[in-house]
Amino acid sequence: MVKNQSKNNKLLPAKGGSTSGGKSTRDGFGEALLLLGEKNKQVVVVSADLAESTRVDKFAKKFPARFVEVGVAEQNMLGVAAGLALGGKIPYAASFGVFSPGRNWDQLRVSVCYSEANVKIVSTHTGLAVGPDGASHQALEDIAITRCLPNLIVISPADYIETKKATLAIAEHSGPVYLRLTRQNSPIITKNSDRFIIGRANLLVPGRDVTIVGTGPILAEALLVAKELAKKNIKVEVINCHTIKPLDKNTILKSLQKTKCLVTVEDHQVAGGLGSALAELLAENYPVPMEMVGVRDTFGESGQPDELWDKYKISSPHIIQAILKVLKRK
Amino acid sequence: MKRYSEKELIKLANQLRQDVIEMLVRSGSGHSGGSLGMADIFAVLYFKVLKFIPTKPNYPGRDRLILSNGHICPILYTTLSRAGFFPLVKLKTLRKINSQLQGHPHNKSLPGIENSSGPLGQGISQAVGLALAAKMDKSPHRIFCITSDGEHNEGQVWEAIMTAHKYKLNNLIIIVDNNGIQIDGRTKDIMPISPLKTKYQSFGWRVLEIDGNNIKQIIRALELAKQSTKPVAIIAHTILGKGVNFMENNYLWHGQAPSQAEATEALKQLRNAI
Repeated sequence: MVKNQSKNNKLLPAKGGSTSGGKSTRDGFGEALLLLGEKNKQVVVVSADLAESTRVDKFAKKFPARFVEVGVAEQNMLGVAAGLALGGKIPYAASFGVFSPGRNWDQLRVSVCYSEANVKIVSTHTGLAVGPDGASHQALEDIAITRCLPNLIVISPADYIETKKATLAIAEHSGPVYLRLTRQNSPIITKNSDRFIIGRANLLVPGRDVTIVGTGPILAEALLVAKELAKKNIKVEVINCHTIKPLDKNTILKSLQKTKCLVTVEDHQVAGGLGSALAELLAENYPVPMEMVGVRDTFGESGQPDELWDKYKISSPHIIQAILKVLKRK
Repeated sequence: MKRYSEKELIKLANQLRQDVIEMLVRSGSGHSGGSLGMADIFAVLYFKVLKFIPTKPNYPGRDRLILSNGHICPILYTTLSRAGFFPLVKLKTLRKINSQLQGHPHNKSLPGIENSSGPLGQGISQAVGLALAAKMDKSPHRIFCITSDGEHNEGQVWEAIMTAHKYKLNNLIIIVDNNGIQIDGRTKDIMPISPLKTKYQSFGWRVLEIDGNNIKQIIRALELAKQSTKPVAIIAHTILGKGVNFMENNYLWHGQAPSQAEATEALKQLRNAI
């Protein structure tokens, strides 16, 4: 196995290929917010003392009267956002995933979701890829604790371009949305011309042997895998599941009817995350062999994003292993 | 809107208390003490102070009442019904299956309910958000928020209090039901919050302290509050279970509904009081 892994590693670009270069999704968010601010006067931003890190600082400078800074108080941030929404505004409440929806989950549940308040909860720091700040700051549970909440849509864009589209699209949706973003720069893997529709997964690579369903910038690793395995005549279909809730059942099941096996990929705990969401879908609709690449019931640690993805077994060599395993189970 | 005299408001508050007892004996569970203690304040708010149109519960210029300590919703429900938001007959369904009258308030279930609450500490933040939205829109409507002394155990309350001061939200009026009692006993034993007045003042608020079971004082405080340049906290000293002697100031009645016999006795006392 170890031999295989190092061999697979050789097929891949230098370390950090998917966790550097490009642009970050949080930058896409910050820039789209400026456009949105011009376009829609009801859009307001609520911040909990992380305006620069979450990239809402540009909005704050341009639209100071529509920017609310509550200080280091994420529970209050969501409550205030809920009130603004009940008052007719479209608030974007931005923080890190561990704080929001981590620290303020009860506020998310009752003030926002139960009340159907039109709040957009945006966390710009999620996954192991948060990096050097370490485990306390690496949100690996945020998908789990949001996708279980009624009335809440959960979106995790794949790159900078898709984040810009998502940021604009969720303003048009009336109701609470959780937008899961990332700190690190990551490759641009979608095109300006791609359509972004909430709840509609996008096909990134067509294939016939195995389906990868991934979410977020770690999809770049899946694309590397698809390229490498194509050389070995394994045709990998890669689906960008940017909306985790509601799941695009049709697109996913259609792909599985063709490939008959699935690998999920996420920078998040498998428990409760995308892997769980798809396991639920398959178990009820179309049970085929499935492997899940994600964090396995452990906290992260400090390190560079690519080092962490390797150590916690969610980088491309580990996706390849999962594919080889699932193909054997077919 | 009809102009109610003080005498009429006293009578109305008594009627609201009777409604609360009738609702709770039917539901078999719910919070009697705070609902009875706050009846006078609800009567003044909905029959003298708040601007609203019960047939158009969502019209944008209305004043908003945010109930943060949601467990006293029986008094809110009966007040809304008496104010014309929905028929009295619905009060009989409190806490029953398929009812619009949930055990804790839900804004999507019932006309006139502005927010969802239950978990304590969240309402003032919601009220701050509504007050900010009103300021942004330059709308003259006001946000009233009912909270309780026990609720001030929650840290989020203080986060919201700081925010209201920062943004100079003089369109926000908080009424603290200061009955000295929370679910497990006296606030001074569970978690003392005294001196609440100076706490609010040091957070930059205007504070008015009143007898929350005195209609005249309630009216006067709300008039003063409207003229403030700062957010206002009205600390209303109330009696838990007010109007029913075996409930008054007894913490066991914070979260309990009366039995049939207790309800009969309570109603008798309330009727005799007018």
